[in-house]
Formats: sequence, C-alpha cells, structure tokens
Amino acid sequence: MPQPHSLGAILESAGRIVLGKEREIRLALACLLARGHLLIEDLPGVGKTTLAHTLARLLGLRFSRIQFTSDLLPADITGISIFDREKSDFRFLPGPIFAQMVLADEINRATPKTQSALLEAMEERQVTAEGQTRPLPMPFFVIATQNPAHQVGTFPLPESQLDRFLMRLELGYPDRAAERALLAAGSRREEAEELTALLSTEELPVLQQEVAAIHAAAPLIDYVQALVEATRYDSAFQHGLSPRAGLALLAAARAWAYLAGRDMVLPDDVQAVLPAVARHRLLSAQGGGHARAEDIAALVRSVPIP
Amino acid sequence: MSTAAPETLDRSAVPWLFATALATTLPHFAHQPTGFSALAGLLFAWGAWLWWRGRRLPSRWLLALLVAGSCAGVVLEFHTLLGRDAGVAMLFLFMAMKLLELRSRRDAYVVINLGYFLLLTHYFHSQSIGTGLWLLGAMVIVTATLIRLHGGRASTPGPTLRYAGLMILQSLPFLLVLYLLFPRVSGPLWGLPQDAAGARSGLSDQMSPGSIADLALSTDIAFRARFDAPLPKRDQLYWRGPVMEDYDGITWRRGPIFGPAPAVVALSAPLNYEITLEPYEQRWLLALDAPTALPPESGLTPSLSAVSRGPLSQRLRYAVSSALSYRFNTQESAAVLKRDTLLPAGRNPRARALAETWRRTGANPEGLVQRALALFHDQEFAYTLHPPLLGQNPVDEFLFQTRRGFCEHYASAFVVLMRAAGVPARVVGGYQGGEINPVDGYLVVRQSDAHAWAEVWLAGRGWVRVDPTAAVSPARVEDGLAASVPATRSLPALMGVDASWLRGLRYRWEAANNAWNQWVLGYNPQRQREFLTSLGFPDPNWRTLAPVLLAACGSILLAVTAWTLYRRPHRDPAQRLWQRALRRLRRRQVSCEPWETPLALARRLRSERPELAEALEAAAEIYCQARYGTGPANLRALRAAVARLP
Repeated sequence: MPQPHSLGAILESAGRIVLGKEREIRLALACLLARGHLLIEDLPGVGKTTLAHTLARLLGLRFSRIQFTSDLLPADITGISIFDREKSDFRFLPGPIFAQMVLADEINRATPKTQSALLEAMEERQVTAEGQTRPLPMPFFVIATQNPAHQVGTFPLPESQLDRFLMRLELGYPDRAAERALLAAGSRREEAEELTALLSTEELPVLQQEVAAIHAAAPLIDYVQALVEATRYDSAFQHGLSPRAGLALLAAARAWAYLAGRDMVLPDDVQAVLPAVARHRLLSAQGGGHARAEDIAALVRSVPIP
Repeated sequence: MSTAAPETLDRSAVPWLFATALATTLPHFAHQPTGFSALAGLLFAWGAWLWWRGRRLPSRWLLALLVAGSCAGVVLEFHTLLGRDAGVAMLFLFMAMKLLELRSRRDAYVVINLGYFLLLTHYFHSQSIGTGLWLLGAMVIVTATLIRLHGGRASTPGPTLRYAGLMILQSLPFLLVLYLLFPRVSGPLWGLPQDAAGARSGLSDQMSPGSIADLALSTDIAFRARFDAPLPKRDQLYWRGPVMEDYDGITWRRGPIFGPAPAVVALSAPLNYEITLEPYEQRWLLALDAPTALPPESGLTPSLSAVSRGPLSQRLRYAVSSALSYRFNTQESAAVLKRDTLLPAGRNPRARALAETWRRTGANPEGLVQRALALFHDQEFAYTLHPPLLGQNPVDEFLFQTRRGFCEHYASAFVVLMRAAGVPARVVGGYQGGEINPVDGYLVVRQSDAHAWAEVWLAGRGWVRVDPTAAVSPARVEDGLAASVPATRSLPALMGVDASWLRGLRYRWEAANNAWNQWVLGYNPQRQREFLTSLGFPDPNWRTLAPVLLAACGSILLAVTAWTLYRRPHRDPAQRLWQRALRRLRRRQVSCEPWETPLALARRLRSERPELAEALEAAAEIYCQARYGTGPANLRALRAAVARLP
C-alpha cells in the first residue's frame, strides 16, 4: 500500500521548518495518526513549540495554545460561565481546550491541579466544568511540551499521567549542518505561521482508521508481548510496562508501518517506536527518572525476533 | 585497591527473608531453652519493627556484643559450643540475629543458606508426618525467597510461591528414586545417641499403686503388631514385659535379667507376628506369652521376658514367634522358688494371717489359687481407675477396707496372698489386648492397655498365668479398659468415644502414621533389600544399585527433556526457510543476531558485505511478507530467494 501523498508532503514541509529532525517529525506524526497525545520534552529553545505549531498547521486542525504558568487555574483551560445581563442567565465561555489541537506549552510549569484538568480532558475527551459535561471536538490532540524536571520552578508529571501520552520525544540539539542552516537563514517560526494545511479535517479520521486496520500478524504480536514481558523482568527498570503500554506500543508501530507505506507491521516498526513509547513509562532502577535509552537498546537486544 | 560496593538489598525483599527465618525456626521455639526462645522472639520483633519504621539497623558493635552474649548463653546452658544441641541452639539464635543485619544481598543469601540448613535440624526433635509436611512447606518458602531475590520486584508473592512449589514438585521423582535406591546407611539417620534422654512415658520395671493408672490415662500407642495368621482370642493377648519379683511391702521391682535360660515347652504351633515398637527408655521387647523365637540382638531373662541389648530409643520393628499354649520351667531352681515366696517382715499382717488360715486347711496350691480368686470374685471388690490412696500396709488396706483398685492392686494383693500361703508367685507387667485398626489390619496396643497380672509356680505345670483382675472385672480382659469402668468416670476423650466417625478418623490417621513409620522412618538397609528383591534385584548392593540409580535418574531427565521439546512451539515454515538463509550467511562469516530484524540485517549488509546484500534484501522482503503480512505465505518464492543466496 503506497503512502498517501499528503503524508509525504507533510513530512517534507515540516522538515523544512524544523531542521535536521526528520525522525522526530515522523514519530510525532505517527503519534497523531495513532490517535495518541504527544509529549515533547527538552531544554528551552530547541524547537519544541515550533514542531507542535508546524504539525497543527499542516494537519489543518483548529488550533489553540495554552502557555502553562504556575498561576494558571483549571478554569483558564476548561472555560468559565459568565452572567449574561440581557438573558439573565449564565453563559458558558469555552476555554482554549475546546480546539482540535491543543498545544500545552511547558505543561510542567503549572500546578498539579491545573495539569490534571488537562490530563482528564485528554483521557476522557470531554470536559466537566461547573457540573456539566461537554464533549471536546473530534479529532482531539494534545501536544504538550515540557522542560526537564530539574529546571527551577517545575512540577514534574507523575507516572500515572505520563502514561496518558502515547509518545514522549526528546528533540536534542540539531546537528552541525542543521544548526548552520538555521543560523544562516534565521528562525523559522514566522514561516510556520504561513504554512497552509495539507490535510482537511475530514481526511484525518480516514487516515486514522486506515492505521488501525494495519495488519499485525501473530508472530508480531508475540514479539510485542515478549518485549513488554521483558521489561517486567529486567532489573534495569523499577517496574515493567502495563498492558495499556503494550496496546500503545502496537498502535504506534502500526502508524509507523503506515508512514513507511506498508500494510503490515514488522518488528522493525516496533523497534523504531519502542524508545518513544516506553521510556517515559519506565523508571530507571538506577534512579533519576525515565529509563535510559541504552537500557531500552539492551532490552531490544535481549529479545529475539520470533 | 578498590572493591565493588556490595549490592544493597531492596526493602521489599525483607518480609520474604522474615518469612524464611520464621518458617525455618518456628518449631525450634518449642524445643529450645525458654531463654533462647524468648531472645529469638525478641530479635524477630525488633527486626520487624526496624523494618516497619524504616529505621537504621543496629551497629556492628551491638551485633558483635549480641553474638558474644549468645555464645556465652549457649556455653552456660550446654557447657559446650560443640555438639548437636549447642550447635542447633547457636544456629537458631544466629538466624534471629541475622535479621538485624540485612544490608546487602549477601546477607540475604546467608539467611537462605542458614534456612536450608536449619530445616534439617528439626529432624533431631521429631520425625513425624507433621514435621515432614511443615518442612516441605518451609522449603517452598525458602526457595520462593531465593527466587524473589533473583527476580527482583517483578516476583509477586503468589506466582513466586507457585513457582517454588512447582520446582519442589518437579524434584519429587528424583527424591523418590534416590530415596528408594540410594544405599541406606544402617543406623538412625537423625537420632544421635543422646536422643534417648527425653523422658517418655511407657512401661516401667517397677510398680507401686498409681503408676499404672497414669499409663491407663494415655492413648499413646505403645506398639503395633501384624499377624500372618488370624488374630488369637483377646483373652490370650498377654504381652509380656518385665517380671517383678522383689517386694518391699509397697513397691514391686523387677527380678534379675541374667541367669539360667528359661525352659519353655511349646504345646501349640508357633504363632508368627511382627511388632513395631514405639521408642521408650526401657529394654523390654514386648511379646505374647510365651516367646519361642526372638529377633537378633536380644535375649530372654530367666523369667521369660524378652530384652534387647540396648535401650529402645529408636522405633524398632522385629519378628517374633510365640506359643500360646506352653509349659514354662517345670523344673525351677530352689533359689528362685524361695525368692518368690519371700515377703517383707511386719507388713500386711492381716493378709498374711488370712493366707495362713487357708494354708492350714491343707488345700493344694491349685486350691489356694482358686480361693484367692474366689475372694476377689465373691466379695465386694470393684474395678476403678481412681482408687483411694493406700498407706503403709497397702495390701491389707486394699483387701479389707477399700476393695477398689485396678489390675495393679489385684495382682499385687494376689501375689502377696499366694506367697503368704507358701505358693511361689510373682507379678508380670506388660500389656493386655489391643485393637485392630480396620484400615491397615494392624493390631494397635496403647499405653492404656498396660496391665499387670500374676504368675504362680505349680509343681508339674511350671509357671502358670493367673489374672486376678479377670476375676473382678472380666470385661477388662475381654473387652478392654473402656468397657470395664463405669461410664461416669472420666476417661480420655478418645478412649470412651462412641462416635464411629471419630473412631474411623482416628484409625485412618493412625494407619497413615503407621505407613510413615514402616516406609519412611523404618526404611533401613534390611527393608530396602526386601523391597529391591521384590522388585527383582537378586542381590542389591551399592555396585548393582549404582547403575540402576543412574538409569532411573537418566530416564527421568530424558522424560522431562522430551516433554519440554514436545511443548516447544513448532516453527513456522517461512521461519525455517529464513533460518536456512541465516545459516548460509553464518557460513560466510556474517554475524546474525537473534534480535536483529531481517530488514535491519539487510541494511547492515549493504555497507558491510555489499556482495551479499542484494540477494538477502530480496529474500528478507519476501520473508517479511510471508511471516508478517496478510494472506497466505508465498513459500515457493521465499525458497527460491533463499536458494539464490551465495
């Protein structure tokens, strides 16, 4: 099955804005195709917001951005009711979360209470404010960015909430050539604002359905299971992956296979998405938060391909 | 020089180690001196509290002080640090102390090894089924702890225990084979010589009123007997123990053990049977009157009691023959006859006077015996397990005042009367009767079947058994103790019980215990030889056993291996073809990792071995489609692609 033309164009356009990060852009797109939320974690200034912005533009989604700060309140996200003098009634003003793609910038700067308001919306795909439950628009994506927790003034997300993100990406510094190009041509932020949507709102759900239908053969499911099981017995991690994480891994691998233009999942796809899906769900036994990339690599090497 | 820091022990493993320590030491709490048990309990509680609160473990200095203190305690208690009891006590205390020192994984392994070792020490105290089961359970816990240490936090209690139990179960075939076939060491495996020290109730070789009543209150099993022939009638089941000949007016004591051999003439065919005697401190081998053939390492006293060479501190199985109808010492030495008519001067004057009047009537010895029995039968004598206390002239008081007593009183009074009348007489101790266990057909004789009767010497007939108790309470001899006491008297719960289900349960339990004794505790070289001969090994010794042992273990291993291989999932045909491709690559010095995907391997080859890359790439793509794709696998294309590999 050939890769839809539009997806190739999206990858190419995004690659022109966020330089030298083809793999991360592909992972981010796979995450959205697998109906997952995305967490981008890195130092300030490496292009987290730009990537999120670019993707939203290219996918043609109704976009809103919330800058998280320590004094942000839940109502600032979900919306508030104000009294309408003419109708003598309360009128609900929807908050910025009522969009198709929400960019939650620097999510770990807000207090846990505010964070949980967003995370609940992510899981339930609906918002309960002032006793009334309101569904969020479909499709609904959250791309959250966060600074590494050791930065001053942050509230790190607990594991249970990290689990709500299908993938976590680290952008890292650009390589020499990409940085050189960036320095020469200046910031691409403005360019991102001018991007045109390459996908219509109706097309995206169709692509998502196609992704969910990608074939995963029994030996491939065996492989996913073996990997998940191996995390549970590996002494490098404090505990293993949950069944939900196993489902997430398979969904992400399907999207990755779809982006590669295949109608079946290969072990290669699983290996490709495993670090992004698993690292934020595992705690390193050595301490210091997320599982280390080299532990994940060792894990892959310990599980034979069925 | 630097040494690697010892791996720290994770906190959640500690409860497992406590469980191990508790499971392996718990039965010892009952056997160790109270002070040690209390100290160990205190250390357990302290360790648990420290863990619960997450406090720091005590310093090494404090621990060293504790060790020194407990060593001193052991020396004070046992007067040595060596030897079995002192050694077990030390290990017991050290196990409790180790729980205050659980810092690294090494400490945990020490606890586990100590635990496995402590398991063995329980057999010094008890070798019952209960102990065996407890230790099996404890072994599962210790093994589970070991698994937990290796498995880390991923090992949750349920699966870990199940896994450990499964491992123990899997080892059972080997256990059985080694148990049955490994050459047995003769002699007790667990009982060391000082085992005999504990005070155990049993038959005594002296008697004064009261001592047999104590026995009658115990339902402990004295011995079991198995008859090849039908069981003799109950009133013939007199199990002879010590013969008591010396009387000081209150206490009867046994006569000499050494002397001229008794002369027994059997008047009936010998009855063969086998006895399994429970351990006790004495040397009497119980046998039916009169024993004719004895087991090795034993002999007969002049008064026809079978004795073993040493104390019977081990459970003993022996075969005996007896003639139920017999003549015993029709020619008795004058010294013995004189000794058996002696009475202490000044005691029991009224009884002696009564016997004197009987003798003066000129009756023959048979007539005197009948008069004495008639006295018990016709007067108001009663059989009871709770007789009144008797004073300095017990026989007088019994015969003329209280007239209530049990076998001991009657036997004693009867012998005193006979001796006073000039008939040689003596008291015989032993057991009377028994009870068939319908489950396994063994005759079970309990401590409550302990009995005392009399023997008189009659010219021409030799020593003749007379049971005066039978004259008073025939039921005691014919139906057993429970029938002979009025129902209102308190008897131990099991003896008086009527409920048949409870009785059935007891039979079953005792049959299980008996099987355990016969097959586990009593599995000695002789029994092993019998068993192996019955299996068809004519001359079992270690040379013939070794190949059998190896063959048996080998076939178990083979069976397990075959099962595992059979259970291995069958390979997919596409995967088999792909493995063939990988073998070809390996022959050409290409390393293929088991975790490497076919496409990744092809990519790697493109840079490392371009001459192979193209063919492999084609094969890999077909393979991926065949194995992971939809639709039927195109095996023919894959086979062709693999064949194209150089």
